[in-house]
Amino acid sequence: MGILEVKNVGKRFGGLQALGDVNLSIAERSVHAIIGPNGAGKSTLLNCLVGKLIPDTGSVMFDGQSVLGRKPYEINQMGISRVFQTPEIFGDLTVLENMMIPCFAKRDGAFGLNAISSVVSQKDVVERAEHMLEELNMSDKLQMTSSSLSRGDKRRLEIGMCLSQEPRLLLLDEPTAGMARADTNNTIDLLKQISEERDITIAIIEHDMHVVFSLAQRITVLAQGTPLVEDTPDNIKGHPKVREAYLGETQTAA
Amino acid sequence: MLGLNKQDTKLLLLVITLTMLAPFILNPFPEGSAMAQFNAGYPDLMQRFVIFGIFAIGFNILFGLTGYLSFGHAAFLGIGSYAAMWMFKIFGMNVLPALGLSVVMSGMFAVLIGYVSLRRSGIYFSILTLAFAMMSYSLAYSVLATDMDGPDKQGLLQKGLTGGETGLQLTLQDPRILGSQTTAQGNIPSPSLFGLEMRSAAEMNIGDWVFTFSAGYYFSAFVMLAAFYLSIRIFRSPFGLVLKSIKSNQQRLNYTGMNPKPYMLAAFVISGMYAGLAGGLMAAMDPLAGPERMFWTASGEVVLMTILGGVGTLIGPVLGAGAIKYMENILSKINSDILHTWFAFLPDGLEDLLVTIIYPFIGKGWHLTLGIIFMLVVIFLPGGLVQGGQKIAAVFKRKKASDEKTDGKTTPAE
Repeated sequence: MGILEVKNVGKRFGGLQALGDVNLSIAERSVHAIIGPNGAGKSTLLNCLVGKLIPDTGSVMFDGQSVLGRKPYEINQMGISRVFQTPEIFGDLTVLENMMIPCFAKRDGAFGLNAISSVVSQKDVVERAEHMLEELNMSDKLQMTSSSLSRGDKRRLEIGMCLSQEPRLLLLDEPTAGMARADTNNTIDLLKQISEERDITIAIIEHDMHVVFSLAQRITVLAQGTPLVEDTPDNIKGHPKVREAYLGETQTAA
Repeated sequence: MLGLNKQDTKLLLLVITLTMLAPFILNPFPEGSAMAQFNAGYPDLMQRFVIFGIFAIGFNILFGLTGYLSFGHAAFLGIGSYAAMWMFKIFGMNVLPALGLSVVMSGMFAVLIGYVSLRRSGIYFSILTLAFAMMSYSLAYSVLATDMDGPDKQGLLQKGLTGGETGLQLTLQDPRILGSQTTAQGNIPSPSLFGLEMRSAAEMNIGDWVFTFSAGYYFSAFVMLAAFYLSIRIFRSPFGLVLKSIKSNQQRLNYTGMNPKPYMLAAFVISGMYAGLAGGLMAAMDPLAGPERMFWTASGEVVLMTILGGVGTLIGPVLGAGAIKYMENILSKINSDILHTWFAFLPDGLEDLLVTIIYPFIGKGWHLTLGIIFMLVVIFLPGGLVQGGQKIAAVFKRKKASDEKTDGKTTPAE
């Protein structure tokens, strides 16, 4: 039994069958990549896992509990954190404040009416946030407004915010999309370090094969809403079905 | 001090000083002089400054922190006034229980209106709050103003719950079970704080200057200071931080394990209670409550105040409230005769020309001036009057820094 079990999940948008019959099992403490050509249903699948979409059929179990019908914040509180394709951070707030929000969410839960004591008096949260930012090598940017960070730093901050909640499963939606090579390599190193040092499972949706083959231990290939094949990176590289899914497209187009 | 950092403590002390000395500060011109009409230090106007200050401080907790623009906050102002009036009528003229009921009632309505309105965001949220406020207005204006006693009786509810167009007034027949029904002279008693009447005032003459110290003003000012202090604490609290994060990126908050809904509702209710408190104080200063207090223009006014002063800043809403109420009461008093006396030193033709040009902007035309100032502020100072103050302060700092440099001293950057 993996930490995340997706069984017979289907999702239809009007006439489009976005997800056919997806079965997926993600083993605990692994790095699992989901790849596939455009329109394969990768993002739809991810949205079904985090509560943004509710699948028409099937079940999604996280650590033995169903996530279906739960709100995104409830699923997050269960231990699933999500990193977005374009970094989603609190742009108007400082870097330190950005990091404190998930720390408050971890400590106080989905709602806490703590309206009188000041933020700086919450020593445990401040220390935790500062410690996390130190790990990210961002201690010199604590008071910067986060919208003025570089793209790579925004990504680091977002991943750090997710990690500060100590999630059991980290979902990343094309974390290096639109990044320069150097930033991409930094992000790969950061994710490698995370998966080695922490008790965490990582699921990653990615286009960039360089990222996928540097990180993943298991790879699922999705095409037209159904998983084609699931295997180790070495076997995937030479798999005829995968070549067909990726290259076949270009052949018909040519 | 009081759990605030240095900067906030300074700001609070500044506001305390200004409000306590307001009767002097707002009366800079001697009585009888040509400039005396610019004096704002009379009790009625000073009370309005602080009461609308409370209203705007509360509104800023919702609009400034979360970015949700309520266009119906005047409903809570009206509810607060009616609640206070009923407290005066039934229980007695002490203002504290009246204010208590104002806050509780407006809070209850805010839970209801907020719960429904917060299902939508952006413009739809604004429209929903506006609709609720206008519903409250028409309820107060007509539906709740019908005779509920029956045609043969003349009791408390003869004019319904709200008194309709004429408003809810005190009468000699009101029971006031915990206080005296009438004064010794047989008049309707006036609101008081344990015997200290709100309308009582002391005057002080220094030379040609007359300074008025009104009990009502100082009571309202203390309430405003408490409200201001509380709002600083809210701004600096984890709750305030989450509200700011809702404004910044609600999606991220959702995926960070926090439920924005109850946070929003709490902010909405808190700001509704502030509005109710302001409404209650209005009734305490002048025991009369009418439906026009809930009209949409009243809701728009608090939006103007907050934006004019500076959205999301601590002191901005108070400044905005003061600026608008000053213009409403002072500019509107100037008439063409006064203009003619000002420009009497000019040749006749020029005098008439100047008066003709300026005339549309004063008196009843004060809205025109307000509109122009509002436009200028929004275009050149999106951060409101507070941003203007900061810019001026920055200029002085730079000047000081360059002066020091010429002295041969080095100034550290920041």
